[in-house]
Amino acid sequence: MFKKILIANRGEIACRVIKTARRMGIKTVAVYSDADARAKHVEMADEAVHLGPPPAGQSYLLADKIIEACKATGAEAVHPGYGFLSERTSFAEALEAAGIAFIGPPVGAIAAMGDKIESKKLAKAAGVNVVPGFLGEIATTDDAVKIASDIGYPVMMKASAGGGGKGMRLAYSEQDVREGFEATKREGLASFGDDRVFIEKFIESPRHIEIQVLGDKHGNILYLNERECSIQRRHQKVVEEAPSPFVTPEMRKAMGEQAVALARAVGYYSAGTVELIVSGADTTGQGFYFLEMNTRLQVEHPVTEYITGLDLVEQMIRVAYGEKLALTQDQVPINGWAIENRVYAEDPYRGFLPSTGRLVRYSPPLAADDVRIDDGVSEGSEISMFYDPMIAKLITYGPTRLEAIDKQITALDQFEIDGIGHNIDFLSAIMQHERFRDGRLTTGFIAEEYPEGFVGAPADASLIRSLSAIAARIATATAARASLIDGQLNGPIPAPDEWVVRIGDTDHHVVLEGEAIRVDGTEIVLDAPFVPGQRLIEATIDGEPLAVKVKRAGLFWKLTTHGATFTARVLDPHVARLANYMIEKVPPDLSRFLLCPMPGLLTALHVGVGDKVEAGQPLAVVEAMKMENILRAEKAGTVKAVEAKPGDSLAVDAVILEFE
Amino acid sequence: MLSILQKLEDKRAQAKLGGGEARIDSQHKKGRLTARERLDVLLDEGSFEELDMYVEHNCVDFGMQDQVIPGDGVVTGSGTINGRLVYVFSQDFTVFGGSLSERHAQKICKIMDMALKTGAPVIGLNDSGGARIQEGVASLGGYAEVFQRNVLASGVVPQISLIMGPCAGGAVYSPAMTDFIFMVKDSSYMFVTGPDVVKTVTNEVVTQEQLGGAVSHTAKSGVADNAFENDIEALLATRDFFDFLPLSNREHVPVRPTDDPWDRIEDSLDTLIPDSANKPYDMKELITKVVDEGDFFEVQPSYAANIIIGFGRIEGRTVGIVANQPMVLAGVLDISSARKAGRFVRFCDAFDIPIVTFVDVPGFLPGTAQEHNGIIKHGAKLLFAYAEATVPKITVITRKAYGGAYDVMSSKHLRGDFNYAWPTAEIAVMGAKGAVEIIFRKDIGDADKIAARTKEYEERFANPFVAASKGFIDEVIMPHSTRKRIALGLRKLRNKSLENPWKKHDNIPL
Repeated sequence: MFKKILIANRGEIACRVIKTARRMGIKTVAVYSDADARAKHVEMADEAVHLGPPPAGQSYLLADKIIEACKATGAEAVHPGYGFLSERTSFAEALEAAGIAFIGPPVGAIAAMGDKIESKKLAKAAGVNVVPGFLGEIATTDDAVKIASDIGYPVMMKASAGGGGKGMRLAYSEQDVREGFEATKREGLASFGDDRVFIEKFIESPRHIEIQVLGDKHGNILYLNERECSIQRRHQKVVEEAPSPFVTPEMRKAMGEQAVALARAVGYYSAGTVELIVSGADTTGQGFYFLEMNTRLQVEHPVTEYITGLDLVEQMIRVAYGEKLALTQDQVPINGWAIENRVYAEDPYRGFLPSTGRLVRYSPPLAADDVRIDDGVSEGSEISMFYDPMIAKLITYGPTRLEAIDKQITALDQFEIDGIGHNIDFLSAIMQHERFRDGRLTTGFIAEEYPEGFVGAPADASLIRSLSAIAARIATATAARASLIDGQLNGPIPAPDEWVVRIGDTDHHVVLEGEAIRVDGTEIVLDAPFVPGQRLIEATIDGEPLAVKVKRAGLFWKLTTHGATFTARVLDPHVARLANYMIEKVPPDLSRFLLCPMPGLLTALHVGVGDKVEAGQPLAVVEAMKMENILRAEKAGTVKAVEAKPGDSLAVDAVILEFE
Repeated sequence: MLSILQKLEDKRAQAKLGGGEARIDSQHKKGRLTARERLDVLLDEGSFEELDMYVEHNCVDFGMQDQVIPGDGVVTGSGTINGRLVYVFSQDFTVFGGSLSERHAQKICKIMDMALKTGAPVIGLNDSGGARIQEGVASLGGYAEVFQRNVLASGVVPQISLIMGPCAGGAVYSPAMTDFIFMVKDSSYMFVTGPDVVKTVTNEVVTQEQLGGAVSHTAKSGVADNAFENDIEALLATRDFFDFLPLSNREHVPVRPTDDPWDRIEDSLDTLIPDSANKPYDMKELITKVVDEGDFFEVQPSYAANIIIGFGRIEGRTVGIVANQPMVLAGVLDISSARKAGRFVRFCDAFDIPIVTFVDVPGFLPGTAQEHNGIIKHGAKLLFAYAEATVPKITVITRKAYGGAYDVMSSKHLRGDFNYAWPTAEIAVMGAKGAVEIIFRKDIGDADKIAARTKEYEERFANPFVAASKGFIDEVIMPHSTRKRIALGLRKLRNKSLENPWKKHDNIPL
């Protein structure tokens, strides 16, 4: 076996590879940019080599420097992880030339699958389903009708040069084609100056399902079952699972065998993934079509590891060393269900704006046999603008799909991140969503279920009751602590055991009597150990566990659980009575202001006081994370005041302009 | 006997009604509580013992003899907050608009005298239209009697003012001389002259809120310390705040049990200082990760935010914290921040509250605005305050400690007891670039030479070791062990004894 390998990557995947290598007794070498000098992967590796400045082009993409690092440290092989150099043939070739093993597929396979058109042709030749369509030029409407009926309805007519939804028409019948073909041509000509139109099958209720393949250098290729990754936002995968709730054993076999045939056609070895688009409306088990093949380890590989019991990184290393696969296709197990959630540094409450900065608090749930956290950060780490916004992967495993999902909900409740925006609440909301739990997935899930954006997961009366009880318990513990101060006149005063808890607009009357708590007259049994300063309560309510993150904000307690944050005001009843006289303050009308949507530098201001603006007109430019964000007028108006000037460094919600 | 008891009951009931139902309703409609309701929230339930409930005014002019309301517009007495004694007065806006009469003032003076004698803090809830004009000079005399007691009590017992309604004219000077002022947003204001007079004299048109509202005073003038959304929030926050304060200058700081280990390690602090010296970081993260249970009561959070002041606890005992904030103006010292921190340091010293100082300061803010407004004397206030302070003083330099600002920020030379530095500390006269341009002025044209000199200077001074080699830094500590080192230091300093030479009083540059 190799004595030492280098991991040409960073973040969670570098850490993940190091873990397996260490278990196999292989020494590891990390590489890092200036931004990662104090990163976890550098700390974990036996050795680390500095590459250069933070931008990937000046660090993680420098093949020469990485090969130099191998030579300097004596690393015999390189694991490329995903992204960066993992699918660059030039890198694999350079390694080969330098006599260093590449822990990945052969150069030829990377090249063949790297070309979208070439790979489709190869797939077709290998007998893999591809989306039926006609790529040639279609002259007349009659031709179009014939082609469409050959493909089978529904079909999509697309202007060759089209894009962004323009020049596309859906046809469910011959009549639709007759009515729409010429129009599509005209649109193509008008919009893109090109009236060529092609027709392909329209995939209804599309699902993203992929097959993991694994091969060795001795001609053995296996499929390690499928993963479903339909929950995506703007083509970015968010939730993945294995197996897929849509795939039957027969379908799995058909998909798997086609994937293996394709891999075999390009002489594949190591781990790879054949991505398929699957029609959720097609129940024949044949409605799957080749999209592309990824010639590397995928981000979501842990779900496959859970259901097969295999360590894919270990397999890749063994294959690269020349070992034969130790199992045959019929020995590939499929046990239980695994779900992976990607925790991203983006704020779902603010239109999924990316967030960067310091992880002031970072405390993932405890890892266990059925809970796995793959991360590359620790408390105090920086999520920088230079790399992927993924903070961590949370993977849970259970005998059934619903059990794995419920473990996600609990683990997400325990996951503490502070300092930057993150999507934990959003992930929890998906896990609780009826449609997700039913397995009725499509790639449009997020767009369809959250068309207006995300405002937090809905809560039922029983959750509010539990939170009221927990808030009261916190208040009593806090009051009890305060009552133990020294220098008292008559000795300690007992902490109140009766509270009025306001969550939202509703007051809940809570009485504590030891472990029994009455909330609005309903008795619940609460075990919720809490000492002041604690940030996570692991409660048991009527026998059911509930994890709640706790944060004090002045007079209020912010309780975060089950995909939402609840603000609880807890008052002694005699104070609560008086609090009713307080006037609810109407938040200022912010629509009259242009606010800075993210922390950044105001680089340009296009308007001045007195200027009239039209809806959609660019008003200012804010640079954040090297990205220029153009801020536009939401409606017509007149600028009343200018509150910032170019060059100012602005915080979130800082006022830039005020309108009349 | 029975009739006397009945009479007592009647009198009490009448006094408790203050200015009557209609006025109480009007107060409630404005989102304000009555004087007594406020005390109910502020004090432990049932602990309030009222004094002078039957006091009446002595005015016989302008028909006042026909309008007599027992209590005369202020509720006074004592009670407890989490069991600890406090004297209170609460002005009753429903009675003559809370205006201050001679007798009203006498009531306040009585509880202040008691507080001073017995060593207990005074909390005043201000809600008053001003002087009782019908009484004329008697009312003015009343104010001055209160002022005199504010001054005598200053530094002996903590005094806190809550402004919960109007507080105008001469009335402002009593709160002004107390230790802390909290205001209620949208319902309280303080000014020497109101908007009408302002308009007459200067033609300036301004609202009460703009002129002297909670936001103006906590963000612009710095007159008030903290602003709260409403009466309830202000009063409950005051309870929390009170728990940090000793009862008097004869008492030690209060002690509360805590579950937070004194030697808690915070690994994440090792990466708090960014790679680049010009990149800011949030000093509040360090503070909340050092103090017990992350519980930090920040004072004046909206004013001169380039310096942070407030109270926390270490091992259950109160400490005052002063820290430069690199997030705001790079943590520079200017007039406002020096005044803000200077007064806070003196409060801590007066009440024997140990001071922990976190330093990341690039120097004093340059410019005519600062110089012409007297940064020399204002900056000296903070320097003076640290230098005269005899309480335990622990200093941690996290990054920059440049120039005169290094001296000011509780340096060893100002009798700092334990002066620690993180490995990232840079203690120097100024930043490398500026220093090189002075020392090597003749090389300024030569960019390469200057770069080389700058590097040389950085290597020499961009570390804590030069200062440590002179004994100006006691030890270089790892950031993760900051809490442990501070807790240990405070234990060792518990019996610290240090006295300044006898003097009538010092002459701080006011």
